[in-house]
Amino acid sequence: MRYLPHTDSEIQDMLTVVGADSLNDLFSPIAEDCRRTTPLNLPEPMTEWELDRHMASLAENMGPTQKSMSFLGAGSYDHYIPASLKHLVSRSEFYTAYTPYQPEVSQGTLQAIFEYQSLASRLLGLEISNASMYDGASALAEALLMALRIGKKKSIVALSTAIHPHYRQVVATYLEPMGFSIVELPWGQDGRSDLTDLPREDLAAVAVQSPNFFGCIEDLAACAQAAHSCQALFITAFTEPLAYGLVPSPGSQGADIACGEGQSLGIAQSFGGPGLGMFCSLKKYMRNLPGRLVGQTQDHQGNRGYVLTLATREQHIRREKATSNICSNQGLCATTAAMYLASVGGTGLRELARLNRDKAEYTRQEFLAQGCSLPFSAPGFNEFVIQLPRDAEEVFARCTGQGIVPGLPLGRFYSGLEDHMLICVTETKSKQDLDSLVKEVCS
Amino acid sequence: MKELNELILPDELAYSKEHEWAQKNGDVIRVGISDFAQDQLGDIVFVELPEEGASFDQDDEFGTLESVKAVSEIYMPVGGTITAVNSQLEEKPELVNQDPYGQGWLVEVAPSDPGQLDALMDKNEYFEMLKGES
Amino acid sequence: MNIHPVPGTSGLSMNEPLLWERSQQGRSGFSLPRRDVPESDLPAELQAPPPDLPDLSELDVVRHYTRLSQWNFGVDTGSYPLGSCTMKYNPKTNEVQAARPGFAQAHPLLPADMTQGILQLMHDLQNHLAEITGLPHVTLQPAAGAHGEYTGMRIFYAYHHQKGRQRRKVLIPDTAHGTNPASAAMCGYQTVPVKSSEQGILTARAVAELMDEDTAGIMVTNPNTLGLFEENIREIARTVHEKGGLVYCDGANFNALMGIVDMAQIGVDVLHLNLHKTFAAPHGGGGPGSGPVCVTPELEPFLPLPRIVKTDSGYTLSEDFPQSIGRLHTFFGNVGVMIKAASYILSLGPDLKRVSQLAVLNANYIKEQLKDSFHLPYDRPCMHECVFSDIWQEKYKVSTLDIAKRLIDFGFHPPTIYFPLVVPGAMMVEPTETESKEDLDRFVQGMRTIANEAEENPQILHDAPSKTKVGRMDETLAARHPCLTG
Repeated sequence: MRYLPHTDSEIQDMLTVVGADSLNDLFSPIAEDCRRTTPLNLPEPMTEWELDRHMASLAENMGPTQKSMSFLGAGSYDHYIPASLKHLVSRSEFYTAYTPYQPEVSQGTLQAIFEYQSLASRLLGLEISNASMYDGASALAEALLMALRIGKKKSIVALSTAIHPHYRQVVATYLEPMGFSIVELPWGQDGRSDLTDLPREDLAAVAVQSPNFFGCIEDLAACAQAAHSCQALFITAFTEPLAYGLVPSPGSQGADIACGEGQSLGIAQSFGGPGLGMFCSLKKYMRNLPGRLVGQTQDHQGNRGYVLTLATREQHIRREKATSNICSNQGLCATTAAMYLASVGGTGLRELARLNRDKAEYTRQEFLAQGCSLPFSAPGFNEFVIQLPRDAEEVFARCTGQGIVPGLPLGRFYSGLEDHMLICVTETKSKQDLDSLVKEVCS
Repeated sequence: MKELNELILPDELAYSKEHEWAQKNGDVIRVGISDFAQDQLGDIVFVELPEEGASFDQDDEFGTLESVKAVSEIYMPVGGTITAVNSQLEEKPELVNQDPYGQGWLVEVAPSDPGQLDALMDKNEYFEMLKGES
Repeated sequence: MNIHPVPGTSGLSMNEPLLWERSQQGRSGFSLPRRDVPESDLPAELQAPPPDLPDLSELDVVRHYTRLSQWNFGVDTGSYPLGSCTMKYNPKTNEVQAARPGFAQAHPLLPADMTQGILQLMHDLQNHLAEITGLPHVTLQPAAGAHGEYTGMRIFYAYHHQKGRQRRKVLIPDTAHGTNPASAAMCGYQTVPVKSSEQGILTARAVAELMDEDTAGIMVTNPNTLGLFEENIREIARTVHEKGGLVYCDGANFNALMGIVDMAQIGVDVLHLNLHKTFAAPHGGGGPGSGPVCVTPELEPFLPLPRIVKTDSGYTLSEDFPQSIGRLHTFFGNVGVMIKAASYILSLGPDLKRVSQLAVLNANYIKEQLKDSFHLPYDRPCMHECVFSDIWQEKYKVSTLDIAKRLIDFGFHPPTIYFPLVVPGAMMVEPTETESKEDLDRFVQGMRTIANEAEENPQILHDAPSKTKVGRMDETLAARHPCLTG
């Protein structure tokens, strides 16, 4: 077996050194009543070539290989990933390394993550970023827990119902055993969150998502003001960070924390994971931040270098008083995101974001021209909602059968919106694709 | 790490078993950590202290001292209300290492029971305690 | 035997600045897609200055990251005996499988009839993990080991809630990883430490003294962080179960037990695994990982949703589990990592038992070869890792940190240091089964040389590492004056 280098004679020599008679003997501290009574009932080992065939056949039994086109967004986005990125992230010095506990032999990882933290902070307009969380949903949950820590005696958080339903479900799972309460905020006619009825006391944080689940860009400045007037922190969540290549950053609009999903930044969709939990905040909350932090320093000869720092917040030192239990995060994905932002560049990101929005706008206009209704008037980025004259699931099934997955029927998440569908248009769709979509949906 | 006989332990201070020192300063009692404590902790990177006006009993935890790899709690050698906090330590936590009895003081306390100060160890008793522990 | 004692050598290593120090405005490393639609109007309130990100050409980016990668030590570089991390070789075919476009380009919300391939892979993986652990019900959703621990604690909470009696405490051994108490605290539990015996393992008596009806259960790591099998586990489990509690096992060290121990049989109710440790998915420099959780039938109703259900017409995702603890991840977990672990399991099959046997052989071999040079606090058969201490080197004023840094000069990644806390100056060595006998002999030779250097030339240890791009970092400066962005 090519991963197990021991020859029989080597095993013999080693057993002699150890003083054991056989490999089985090595397990003598384990009593009989703890042992398995049956051998592992697993299929016979596959050769590399059998594995290729097996996996190829599973991968063929999948939509993307079946040449269908998808306009799904809702937290996972189809963006182009340059070949240069795939090449760089496959360097095994990056992916076979562990957490950079020994900085002298991990400067590659450490500088890459420091750069990621810096780029994330610039993109989101907030002073500091951590080295990543698991995904957008758990990042939001941790942001709320952080706000509750900062708010000490407070026990309420307010969440817009225009935040991704899965994110809100994850938040509910995290907050329930801690005895905190979640107040739900509705959305208004224009598709944006309505913050008029915020609890005035005991409120630790207010969170909205922008662009929100309906694709609408929230009035972040107004939300920040509303939150701060209740002495609460303002958290902006997001599922599509590409939007911030174009529209004002959460930090510039008054957010205290910005957190969300970074998968759009060069990471494959991969059926929903691994993704990238991005997490930025104002510097004054630094010691309350969950997750790892890379800091700049120097060695004793004055050479610039990087280390994990402020580790006293973390689980291996503070244990039950840590800011989070997180250990392994999404390090390689954060590195990938930095590579992506470096490749696309500030100038390129603006143009790419523009293209996303313009393609989505074109599609919206085409739907309008075909007599479709667009229920939410707030401006958007690369997702929008259409209202159909019939149940959206019917349209979904028909179009999918024709090789076009047209979008996400919203009746699955919101009762009353059964005739609404969420459509995502990125730079990967040509005008021809968009025309086909409109034609198929409206036929 | 210093040897026991290298430690600086001023005669005029009172010492607690948790390695804090206390000294009367007019109506208040000034508190810090001993040379032994700062030497054991290593480079201090962050000091977390309570706010003025906070009240604690004797032996209550009132703050923490962080080094790169560890966090240590600090305990009130006497009970009372915090009247002053050494704000220099926010920017220069290293003062606790460099000058633990002078510029590295931590808080000042209006004592709830003045007798508690007298019941603490003197320099010789503290030194004996350190000898016994090593 | 011709073993070079100092495989680390010098060579030309390139300096490389930060990305924005290389930037020239207007450069691009990305092929912008063709514009085939008109520009739309952007409302004034949405206009913002362009993000302040650097502009680089493709070659700039490629050279930047190529040079950075050359400053890193990975498993592919050399031995990486980091205890409790299981730094085994990451097979390249696993990377190929995860990159297949059918998987990599799949949107998580595609209809089930378009995702049968990946659902089957995940369902099969669940079954395989159930077989390997003995615990029949599996969730793949947690994104890392600590996330799996949190899931386990969340299941504890839901279980007791359903029984109508919320409990406030969880027992955690003094040898536990920091993630254990942190995970318990995130569910509102108070953690109660249990002391290990002088033999380095838990006793049923110590547990019995602390176990009561206000304790939700115990979190054990087995084998523990001293590399020892918790021999009293069955009795401990009984003690906890008798008072209505549950037993959680941290499976980070499962590389020692595959094909050998049945977790259900020893009384474990909930177990998490690390696919990026035991199952050879790469560590990524700090993730992404994957931390599946396996449970007994009694706890099955609480598993997170959605769950993969196999019916006559194929696989679907179902949320029809009213007692579930809910969602822990936006979608289904780190699927890309699962594909790699699934590939590994399919490549080894029943030989996974041999993997554990050889992992344990390698650790015991190192233990025997080094116990004359370094103090071994528990001189007994170990499992997949062994723990040394630096107390013999103290008299030369050499510490574990010095030893670790000098190992780097010899071309090895250091073991885990200063953990577990119950051993002063701990060095936790986990070679894994993918290291050959010569690799182990080289490591042993390196460590013995360092033991000699400690006695004869300790300064060389204090100055180590001397062959790396940078020397020891000023961590005090980094913590006193944090500079987290540039």
